[in-house]
Amino acid sequence: MLTDNKAVSSLRQAYGETLVELGEENKNIVVLDADLACSTQTIRFQKAYPERFFNMGIAEQDAVGTAAGLAYSGKTAFFSTFAVFASGRAWDQVRCSVAHPNLNVKIVATHGGVTVGEDGASHQALEDISLMRSLPNMKVIIPADSVETRAVIRYVARTKGPFYVRLTRPNMPEIFNAKDYDFKPEARVLVPGKDLTIATYGETVVEALKCAEMLKEKGISAEVINVPVIKPLDESTIIESVKKTGVIMTVENHSVIGGLGSAVCETLSEKLPLPVRRVGVRDEFGQSGEYSELMKKYGLVAEKFMDDALALVEIKKKQL
Amino acid sequence: MTEIKKLTNGEVEELTKLSNKLKEKCLAMIHNAKSGHPGGNLSALDLMLVLYKHIMNQCCEWDCSPEWDKRDRFVLSKGHASAALYCVLAECEYFGEDELMTFRKLGTRLQGHPGCNCAPGVEIPSGSLGQGLSMANGIALSLKLDKNPAKVFIMLGDGELQEGQVWEAAMSAAHYRLNNVIAIIDRNRLQIDGCTEDVKALEPLADKWRAFGWQVLEINGHDYGQIYGAYREAINISNEKTAPVVIIANTIKGKGVSFMEHNAGWHGKPTKQEEFIKAVEELRGKC
Ligand SMILES: Cc1ncc(C[n+]2csc(CCOP(=O)(O)OP(=O)(O)O)c2C)c(N)n1
Repeated sequence: MLTDNKAVSSLRQAYGETLVELGEENKNIVVLDADLACSTQTIRFQKAYPERFFNMGIAEQDAVGTAAGLAYSGKTAFFSTFAVFASGRAWDQVRCSVAHPNLNVKIVATHGGVTVGEDGASHQALEDISLMRSLPNMKVIIPADSVETRAVIRYVARTKGPFYVRLTRPNMPEIFNAKDYDFKPEARVLVPGKDLTIATYGETVVEALKCAEMLKEKGISAEVINVPVIKPLDESTIIESVKKTGVIMTVENHSVIGGLGSAVCETLSEKLPLPVRRVGVRDEFGQSGEYSELMKKYGLVAEKFMDDALALVEIKKKQL
Repeated sequence: MTEIKKLTNGEVEELTKLSNKLKEKCLAMIHNAKSGHPGGNLSALDLMLVLYKHIMNQCCEWDCSPEWDKRDRFVLSKGHASAALYCVLAECEYFGEDELMTFRKLGTRLQGHPGCNCAPGVEIPSGSLGQGLSMANGIALSLKLDKNPAKVFIMLGDGELQEGQVWEAAMSAAHYRLNNVIAIIDRNRLQIDGCTEDVKALEPLADKWRAFGWQVLEINGHDYGQIYGAYREAINISNEKTAPVVIIANTIKGKGVSFMEHNAGWHGKPTKQEEFIKAVEELRGKC
């Protein structure tokens, strides 16, 4: 399933291209944007099917409500803008007009997390997964590379109900092999291990894989799990892994409040109370900077969170 | 109505020079950061420059002088024009010019969009469009409660007017008779995805504001005489009437650099080295 092709590609472009394919296959698909069609890459759909594309201008709340009306009338409506505006600005519209009536609206939000970079705090969604995860009916998926993105977009297009999909701004190394990658809404063990579990999604999957390599050199065997679907969480895969390893670390380009770290804590505290360490942004806003610098600053690179992994293994030893 | 003072020829000449100098600085900051918004900074700069140089009561001893409370407030709702604001603030000595080149770099006070604990002179954070007018109204209400005669100037983008909150705030300002609010619209007719009228039409714009209970002035936003005249007239109106005032300033996105002018493609991308050199040459040729 994993690839070693070393290619780097754009998740947003993969999204735009997949939308165009889906638009051909399914005339019921409509797309809305809010003055960011180039950045989100919905512009590809606009060019191919101008009559099924609606630029709502800089009016995210209006866009979400309009998408809901379209979905209510039988369309499958994709809406894209930056993650911070899709989840935050339009939250009540998502809650009341989309999630409550359980409508077929697919919010594909780009530019999630600190990797937005220089635009700074106002544009860095660090709470979006938390906000979306807390809404009944809403499902939340974050692909890690362009291969997974294509598969996820196809999956949400054919699956009824509201979805929140978050894509990253920078191009990412390809992790999955396009030939045999088949998306299922579950968590997957990418690297088996026995000393600790590292659960992650999105941009930090590559970092977690790197971290596992570094730990191996220190004689520690880490199990790396990709968890693209934050909700509904694939609890059994996580529980099974932690039963084996005894400790788990979550890593995410998101606040430690309300994201995967919280979801894992919620599950384990009820079903298998064992130590958890959450790596993410710690209850603060982001800031301007080059994205790779910000990844370091907020501890989201392997070199940084390796220390958390080692500390977690120490905790386990002490408990034994 | 009170007679309106005019700028002298010398003052206009000085503003022209200064504007080109600051435009160059803006572009240098964006070039150096490898990120930012050339178009909407260049369209807004002249309006901010005249405001700070000739209109506002200022206090550059930020938050540490007894005079501070009396300052007129400036709210930049279109937060992506931060580079222009920072340049004008440095020109007015709120902070040193050296700091400008830290724009958008890790740890800087000059955040990509005006943030909290930002540089002196920056009143409120912005970057998420459509929120500034409501905050300006809140500041204006507080000034009235405190019997403080200071004015609140607030700058909006035209695309930004597509946000519903702007019109909620427009209604609030008229309802609460906030004659101490003076809004400035940078009407460059472009947003990111193209012309405002193609993306989601704003016209008839002046009529909309009038219907919402505002006094409306329309000017060329790069003509210093007109800008100055409009600010003075707006202040007169605000002293004599109970309605808020909006200045619709017709501007050019990318003003001053021929290949950027009227081009939505220059909304949010930094210059390549050759482009930067060309832009600087053009601006210097105008000094
Ligand atoms: C709520 C919100 N939605 C979207 C954006 C992304 N965005 C930044 S600038 C911009 C276009 C602004 O157009 P306009 O107000 O006309 O500004 P100008 O053309 O003067 O730069 C958009 C959509 C944002 N910053 N905030």
